[in-house]
Order: sequence, then structure tokens, then C-alpha cells
Amino acid sequence: MSTETATKANSAAPPGRFARFPMHWLGVVPFAAFVLLFLILPTMKIVIGAFQTADGGFTLSNVAGLFTPSILAAYWISIKISFMSAILGCLIGFAMAAAVVLGGLPRSIRDPLLTFSGVASNFAGVPLAFAFLATLGPVGLVNLFLRSEFGVDLRMLGFNILSFWGLTVTYLFFQIPLMVLIITPALDGLKKEWREAAAILGATNGQYWRMVGFPILLPSLLGTLALLFANAFGAVATAIALTGSSLNIVPILLYAQIRGDVLGDPHLGYALAFGMIVVTGCANAIYIWLRARSERWLK
Amino acid sequence: MKRLWAWAALIIGLIYFILPLVGMTNFSLKMRRGEYSFDAYAKVFADSRFHETFGYSVWMALLTIVFGVFLVVPTAYWVRLKLPYLRPYIEFVTLLPLVIPAIVIVFGYIRLYNTSSWLPLTGSYVGTDVLLVFGYATLSLPYMYRAVDTGLRTIDVTTLTEAAQSLGAGWATIIGRVILPNVTVAVMSGAFVTFAIVMGEFTMAALLNKPAFGPYMQLLGANRAYEPAALAVIAFGITWACLGLMQLVSRLQKTPQRPV
Repeated sequence: MSTETATKANSAAPPGRFARFPMHWLGVVPFAAFVLLFLILPTMKIVIGAFQTADGGFTLSNVAGLFTPSILAAYWISIKISFMSAILGCLIGFAMAAAVVLGGLPRSIRDPLLTFSGVASNFAGVPLAFAFLATLGPVGLVNLFLRSEFGVDLRMLGFNILSFWGLTVTYLFFQIPLMVLIITPALDGLKKEWREAAAILGATNGQYWRMVGFPILLPSLLGTLALLFANAFGAVATAIALTGSSLNIVPILLYAQIRGDVLGDPHLGYALAFGMIVVTGCANAIYIWLRARSERWLK
Repeated sequence: MKRLWAWAALIIGLIYFILPLVGMTNFSLKMRRGEYSFDAYAKVFADSRFHETFGYSVWMALLTIVFGVFLVVPTAYWVRLKLPYLRPYIEFVTLLPLVIPAIVIVFGYIRLYNTSSWLPLTGSYVGTDVLLVFGYATLSLPYMYRAVDTGLRTIDVTTLTEAAQSLGAGWATIIGRVILPNVTVAVMSGAFVTFAIVMGEFTMAALLNKPAFGPYMQLLGANRAYEPAALAVIAFGITWACLGLMQLVSRLQKTPQRPV
């Protein structure tokens, strides 16, 4: 009975609301139009184009065209680099954040570290590649030092800046700070009471971490991992400035495709871009889902 | 023991971060054989292409900031005032540019706004400039929107609006002369991040064939040895200045304000 009244009241309300409705919504029209025209529609164009033939019919052959050895290899190495840089970024970033938050270091270190992380996470792209070439490249600082002091060469040790590990080490420069920026608030959110409660119940420090701290942090850790992965996967400028086109990774392939250098089939380009959206989209869906889970604890 | 580990983690991390900065600075000073000099910087500053592209990117950054403020401030204000239930959706949309890689977005622009489309923006020089500003505005949307929205949270939007209305102010006056001055700090912090993003951006400008600073750096990097290191130092300086200024203004915001 009462629900019925409620429904009636609800259905009575709309006419009055409806009259004001359009006026309210006019306020967000410019923003909606902008987002639609310059974010949603361009992306939709790519997604739809990935399933279209040259004359507009539906086809799966573009996406099927991705399953050639060279393109699959490009996706595979992109995913490997992104994953490795995300994992290492998470571990090292966590270690640094934990050192500052929990390690008993002076509090005066904290603000400078966060400020520096803000700067470093934005110092990506072309100049970052130059910085690493000047440091780890064939005539870079580290190599010259090793050669003059120890008579060894980084390349003799099997390290080449234009490689999987070269790119991974370079990406870490913006991955680690991002991790520090995201995980520091999460570490701050670990309540002292939880540790005390665990201690009262007789838990050792190790047990506290294994059974309380780590499970609470796990969603944030995994979520940030997904975010870092997407972050590295979409990075174009650093890779191009560092390796030219010598490394076969997806963003470089797509860049060359758009410039009209290689594949020469625009619809395969759509499919390549669509593949990128799928990979970063999945990573971010995981991030959003896990973040929602972790926020339950860290309020 | 714990403190020892903490120091070790921090110091190893810092070495990783400081080494490339030392490396690029050191390299940028070594153009003259056998001694340190500022030759690479002199070469860069003497290059007319440097001035053109740098100036162009500064212009683009300023236009992007102005456009972003016009787009974001009224929207964020309106959503807070009248459509609060839309906030989660708007926030989700503003975060999309972090999910969709820039190269995909600009690929969509090129295909959607080419010369044979209904809105042939890539057909003219000014058209591609407009498209680039819109692209940059899209890239900076997550930072700009979040900054402004956080700024709006600290003021009482409803009361300010009602007070202004009762004094006879129209919407333009309310947004321009009441709301905007109250969120200046937030707008500025969004603007600094936008500036840093635009100055270093490569992908969009390169694929739209615009003479911006990012593509210029890449081109120089492919052809020269010492100048790129000098450019990297300059670019790091810009990022540092922008983010430093941002931190400074947001610290100003944290100082206790009079209750509104």
C-alpha cells in the first residue's frame, strides 16, 4: 500500500519537474557537446572502423588481420614492457613510500618526495628519452664512467638502451613516482588501531602484515598496477624519441601506420587502435573495480 | 634495523632518479671537447626553429588554458549547483582521456575531421590549430576538472549564488565575478599542469603536423648529439617550474580562510 502511494507521488512529481528539466540540462550542453565531438565520437569512429570494410559493410577481417606474427609480436612486447615496468614501478614505488611513511624516516623528507614525484611523473615523453640516452646510452654518463674506471662497457654486459630493458628502465622514471603518489595516501590510511589490535591479540609484526596490512592494501596495489600498465601501454613519445622505429611495439606501429609509412591499410590501423583501447580499457576496468573495493577500508 | 632498510630503499630510489638528471645535465655541457661549456644551450637558443616552436607551444598552452577554464568552470559549477546526481558520470567522462591513449584520440580526429567530412578541421591551418587546442583540452581535462571541482567543494556554491541573485546578478556575472574569483587558486593549479602537459606533448602535434615544441625536440634528437640533452634540461626546468608553482598556489589555498 505504502509503496503504491510512493509510486503515485513519484509519478505525480515528473510534470512539475519536467517543465524545469530542459533548462537545467542546458547548462551542461557545451561540455557534453565538446566531450562528444572531441572524445567520444573520435573513439567510436575508431572502434566502429575496426569492424568496417572500405565501403562501410561489417567485417571481422580487420581484427583478424591483427593476428599476424609481426603484429602479435608487437602487442606481446608492448604488453611485456608495460607489465614489467608496472610491476617494478609498483615494487620500488611501494618500497620508497613505505620507507617514508612507515620506516621512521624524518617527516621533513615526505613533502619534498611527494613534490618531486609530482614533477617526475609528469616528466615523460621526448625529454625523458634524451635524459636516459645521455645517461645509459653508448656515450652516456654511466657508460663512460664504467669504461674509464673498470674497463667494461654496458653493451658488453648485455645492456642496450634501445631494447626491452632499456625502455622498461626509462618508463620506470614516470611509473615509480606515480606509484608513490597513489600509494602514500593508502599507507596513511592504515590505522594505528589495527596494528594495536593485532598486537593485543598476540600477532607478531610479520603476522600483522601478512594477515591485516597486506590484505587491506592488496586492492590498491593491484589497482595501481593496472593503472601503471595502461599508463605505459599508451606511451608513444618516449618510445619514439628513444628508439626511433627500431623497436616493434604497438604505439610505434600505430604511429607509423597513421603517418602512412607501413601497413597502408587504414582499416588495419583502426583495428590496431581498437586493440590498444581494449588492452588499456581492461586494465582500467580492473583499476576502477579494485579501487572501489579498497575505498571501503580507506575512508 | 627497520630504519636502515627505509634509508636504503629511499637512497637507492633517489639514485635512480638523480642519475638521469645528472646525466643529461652533464651531457648538455660537454659539447666543447675537454671542458664544460654552455655551447649546446647557445646553439639551441640561436636556432630560430627553437623560438618558433617554443613560442607556438606557449600560445597553444595559453589558448588551451583559456578554453579549458571556459569549458570546465561553468560546467563544474552548474553540476554542483543544479545537477549533483550527474557528478559521478561527469567525473567518469573526464577521466576517460587517461584511459584512451592520446594516439588513438588523435587518430580519431584525423579520420573524423578530414577534408571530406562534415567538419573539415584538418583542411586549413587555423582548423588544425583549433583541433590541436581541443585535443590538448581533452588531454588536460582530467586534471583541470578535478582541480576546479575540488576548489568548488571548499566554497558554498548555493549560498553564493543566492546572494548574488538577490543582488540582481545574472548567470554570467555570477560565474565570472563571484564563482571564478573564489576558485582562482584551483583554476591556477589546473592551468599549471595543463601548461606542463602542452609544452611537452608530442603525439598529437606530430600527427597533426603542427610546428610545436615536442616534435621539434624529437627531430633534434634524431639529428644531433648534445642539443637534445640541453633541451631535456630546459624541458625539465619547465615541468619543475609549473609543478612547483602549482604546489605553491595549492599551499596558499590550504591557509585557513574566513568561513563563507
